[in-house]
Amino acid sequence: MEAREKELRKVYGKPEALTSTPHLYCPGCGHGIIHRLVAEAIDELGVRERTIGIAPVGCAVFAYDYFNVDVSEAPHGRPPAVATGIKRVSPEKIVFTYQGDGDLAAIGTAETVHAANRGENITVIFVNNANYGMTGGQMAPTTIIGQKTTTTPFGREAKRDGYPIKVCELLSSLEGVSYLERVAVNNPKNVIKAKKAIKKAFENQVAEKGFSLVEVLSQCPVDWGMTPKDAIKWVEETMMKVFPLGVYKDKGSI
Amino acid sequence: MKQLVKGNIALCEGAIAAGCKAYFGYPITPQNEVPAHMSKRMVELGRVFLQAESELAAVNMVLGASAAGYRAMTSSSSPGISLKQEGISYLAGMELPAVIANIQRGGPGLGNIAGSQADYFQAVKGGGHGDYRMIVLAPYSVQEMYDHAYLAFELADKYRNPVMLLTDGVVGQMMEPIEARAGNLDAEKKYFNKDWVLDGCAGRKPRLLRSLLMAEGDLEKHNRELEKKYKSMSSDEVRFESLETDDAEIVVVAYGISARVAKTAVKKARQEGIKAGLIRPVTLWPFPSKTINENARSGRKFLVAEMNLGQMVEDVKLAVSGRCPVEFLGRPGGGLVNEQEIFENIQAMKG
Ligand SMILES: Cc1ncc(C[n+]2csc(CCOP(=O)(O)OP(=O)(O)O)c2C)c(N)n1
Ligand code: SF4
Repeated sequence: MEAREKELRKVYGKPEALTSTPHLYCPGCGHGIIHRLVAEAIDELGVRERTIGIAPVGCAVFAYDYFNVDVSEAPHGRPPAVATGIKRVSPEKIVFTYQGDGDLAAIGTAETVHAANRGENITVIFVNNANYGMTGGQMAPTTIIGQKTTTTPFGREAKRDGYPIKVCELLSSLEGVSYLERVAVNNPKNVIKAKKAIKKAFENQVAEKGFSLVEVLSQCPVDWGMTPKDAIKWVEETMMKVFPLGVYKDKGSI
Repeated sequence: MKQLVKGNIALCEGAIAAGCKAYFGYPITPQNEVPAHMSKRMVELGRVFLQAESELAAVNMVLGASAAGYRAMTSSSSPGISLKQEGISYLAGMELPAVIANIQRGGPGLGNIAGSQADYFQAVKGGGHGDYRMIVLAPYSVQEMYDHAYLAFELADKYRNPVMLLTDGVVGQMMEPIEARAGNLDAEKKYFNKDWVLDGCAGRKPRLLRSLLMAEGDLEKHNRELEKKYKSMSSDEVRFESLETDDAEIVVVAYGISARVAKTAVKKARQEGIKAGLIRPVTLWPFPSKTINENARSGRKFLVAEMNLGQMVEDVKLAVSGRCPVEFLGRPGGGLVNEQEIFENIQAMKG
């Protein structure tokens, strides 16, 4: 018996930085995967006990129930400002925001751009699901041309609604930014890449390299009106064309 | 030793003495001395100064610094304070201490840059959304700018609630000698028992700061808890000054710079043999309703003087409860109510 126990090795389990609370996300939603990757990165860097997360207003508003770290709420779009406040008074803490595209690139655009431009030493996890998930699938700044949402029933039209905002490209011109990468969680290979990017965004903060943001293309099957499988296909075939994956800036590697 | 300083500088120094660890602001006249002075002093002291990209960002930075357990403040003037309302509502809901100073200017809209008292309603009736209350202090001298800034931090921590300093461009800009406190508080220390701060979950369960309470009944429970807190503020934190009210036939009620002017007018009336007195609310919320009510004896008349179209006068009328006539003398648009006018009104009311 004893010999047998010795042979047992834990190869997979719940990261310590995640609680056991069951997620309220829809089946096939990308948020759950991304939460896990963030938690794994926190665990692997051994920073859980000095990490403070900022939850957004959006589907991830309950992130505080899922992350096993100190968490603060922030008004819609203000997580980078709240994170700035925390980080400036306690620079030894690891501060991250977790935000949707409405939160980060519409109502919170100013907070995002200026935190990035100041080079705030924080980590931003940006979940791009091309719509407003929580409020029922309205147009987001990242909604792609032609995409139908509850507020673009005829499809997004550039003339009326403008163009999808490409956050990594937009922020890449700012000197204060240290690291920008766009990843996806549509297949195991990309999940592994996403994990590497997220971990790096935290490592950068530990090494005081400044503002790091990882944009994650994430499936929202329910509000897209698709099956989880079709949603993955839509990420691959449609979203990735508008939002190409890759590293958009990496000051640290220069 | 007394120092001659501007009101806005006294405000900064009071905050610094109270151990303010972080200041976040955005330029707007007539409070520009505050970020300018803080940008120097806070950096010299090794504390945090940051010019934010907007008042929205500034108040949310305060929210973050406060969540991390430190004393933090922001300041602005009327249009900027409108932008801070979102943050104030969240601070109240999340029960986070913070100090917000409003060096009022004329409005609505961009208005002008002269001193004004047009934001009384916004400050005391809840300019942000939701059922919340906030202590509002109304300094009327440079010394009080210093003292109230200090007091505001104490009250904010005591109640885990935002506190507003509501003053105006005149008090902010005028120069007077002030007496500073002997000892400054250490900005690194966490005052009061802050067992709620977010400082990493080492050796304890993770903590959460939020205002969102979706489960049935939870928000109502939270509202009731807040109500208890607001009730204790109402009973314990009312501050006012009264001058010659004992035998007064005419009681002037004014706050801030208007009270300065009213004081002189009341003194002049006394010299002329008119029994006039003054009640100066020092806290606008909680309002000194009880004192005003006790003063509302038959045969008396009230005169409310404000630099607006009539805001505090509504609270005075509520407190007087119809027992005495309440007259109003107001000057909107950034002009000072003048001493002679108040005096003449007192004279006319004497009949
Ligand atoms: C000031 C304010 N405006 C609007 C809302 C309503 N609201 C809640 S979530 C949300 C959109 C969230 O979308 P996104 O950031 O893309 O996140 P997702 O839900 O897709 O993950 C909106 C508009 C709000 N809570 N506060
Ligand atoms: S609405 Fe979309 S983003 Fe929100 S939980 Fe459901 S699938 Fe996920």
